[in-house]
Amino acid sequence: MSRVEKAPYQIIIGLETHVQLKTQTKLFSRSSTAFGAPPNTQTSPVDIGLPGSLPVMNRRAYELALRTAVALNCTIPRYTKWDRKQYFYPDLPKGYQISQYDLPMSCEGWLEISDSKDAFAPKRVRIIRAHLEEDAGKSMHDEAAGKADSRIDLNRAGTPLLEIVTYPDLSSPQEAKAYLEELKLLLLYLEVSDCNMEEGSLRVDANINLHIDTPDGEVATPIVEVKNMNSFRSVERALSYEAQRQYEVWQETGQTKGQVPKQTRGWDDQAQVTRGQRHKEESSDYRYFPDPDLCPVTTTPEQIEEVQRQLGELPAATRARLVSQFGITPYDADVIVNQGRGVLTYFEELAQASGDGKQASNWVQQDVLRTLKETACAIDAFPVSALRLAELLQAVRNNEVDNARARTIFAEMLGSRLSAREAMKKLGIEKVDASDLENLCRELLAKNPHVVTDVKNGKEKAIGSLIGQARQKNPNVNPNDVRRMCLELIAKE
Amino acid sequence: MSLTREEVKKVSLLARLLLSEDELDAMTAQLGQVLDYVQQLEELNTDGVEPMAHAIDLANVLADDGLEPSLDREAALANAPKRDAECYRVPAVLGE
Repeated sequence: MSRVEKAPYQIIIGLETHVQLKTQTKLFSRSSTAFGAPPNTQTSPVDIGLPGSLPVMNRRAYELALRTAVALNCTIPRYTKWDRKQYFYPDLPKGYQISQYDLPMSCEGWLEISDSKDAFAPKRVRIIRAHLEEDAGKSMHDEAAGKADSRIDLNRAGTPLLEIVTYPDLSSPQEAKAYLEELKLLLLYLEVSDCNMEEGSLRVDANINLHIDTPDGEVATPIVEVKNMNSFRSVERALSYEAQRQYEVWQETGQTKGQVPKQTRGWDDQAQVTRGQRHKEESSDYRYFPDPDLCPVTTTPEQIEEVQRQLGELPAATRARLVSQFGITPYDADVIVNQGRGVLTYFEELAQASGDGKQASNWVQQDVLRTLKETACAIDAFPVSALRLAELLQAVRNNEVDNARARTIFAEMLGSRLSAREAMKKLGIEKVDASDLENLCRELLAKNPHVVTDVKNGKEKAIGSLIGQARQKNPNVNPNDVRRMCLELIAKE
Repeated sequence: MSLTREEVKKVSLLARLLLSEDELDAMTAQLGQVLDYVQQLEELNTDGVEPMAHAIDLANVLADDGLEPSLDREAALANAPKRDAECYRVPAVLGE
């Protein structure tokens, strides 16, 4: 999209994100939350709504939710409770979902987003609330059987979810994507969720409408909830599409907010369009009331302080520290931090051991990350440890090898799992000692008198033609050393 | 605070209860009586009383995140009106 052409409207976006918390068992029962088990093999009487069964809150789920809420700068009320949200759907066996209504476990937080290439100005996205609720089961429609039954798998029923709701503070699809990326990174750093979108452990719905300037003042288009977005990229695309669609519908019908009921639309990734879905029931129709089977949970200021203390360094702070501690650019810090804790730790060990942050950053971004990507390898299983790579980088800095040779050594280290020294030895790479270098250069200059003449006439570039010859004679010579030595010898003549 | 017939109709729809005209009349009267009875609570002066969400004054009942065996699938599916070897079967869920 061209940034020069100013859109005739402002986009207003708020996001609701459901995050599956990393517990072994469900929010109100002790059956497993593991993904991928055969249907209906991870249930308990509580999950499937058998009469007489009673839910008990999972302590770990509450702790993970609390950790997240504190990291999102939320206010944590002293007292929170759970409510029943009633609606009928075959994947909801109890006829209600246990969620939180008027006293959520956290509210009024924020998450800061920025773009390391300054595509938009940094902003704090305010968070209305984050509350803890249970997931529903899964319904599958058997396509092959045509209009036959739907099949219900209740393995997922009761899985703990944290629903994080923002204010409508996002003003472009790009910002929405940036918020989601930053949120996901934070959740991964906090180790509260694995954020796997394919397995449904991170799900996003968006509310979007437009504010349009007209001669009669600003008007707002009806708010649309967009669902079914299965990647951050599809969130960005769906919202771009939806903004333009709303503008066109407004041009055609003139309909504004309040004149039509709130609409739900689903993103069709194949067709790259949003399509209308069933009308949403008004929230009062859910007839929320406090769940009498569950007790409230209270949290003291001391507990919150303790959670705060144990948060550790969060991504935003880490980026700033990398810039000041290792002298790398904000852009480089962003790339490294966004790779997650594993790559960050690797970089820090490397930078510390090699003593050069900039060089470490270049090698991590170019060589390490590329290799990880090409070999689909995780950083934990990377064959060259940070300390071993540091040894190689030091050899580069000591001028023992140039970058090109270092890459050859690196490739050897990857394949053979040797240390830098061992790999150099195996490849026959060693620093050329000063007298060998001098002899080599004398020989080259003697054979190429025209180069000597050129240099004497001020054309130092002429040396370049000797580098290739030098490397043919001895692949270990460093081009810079050859250049320097030749110039010295000519000067002495 | 009596209930209107329209309110009862809306609530019955939300509860997926199909009430006949006679039943609607009966329910409007009966539910209204229940509400009137509960409304007696409003005679109490609750100034300075903290609202409570639960009848028992108990909080923080939490369980450890320890795995326990799942219900056997046969047992889980046993009372389903319709099922196959793995799943509950329900009338087709359309749309979405």
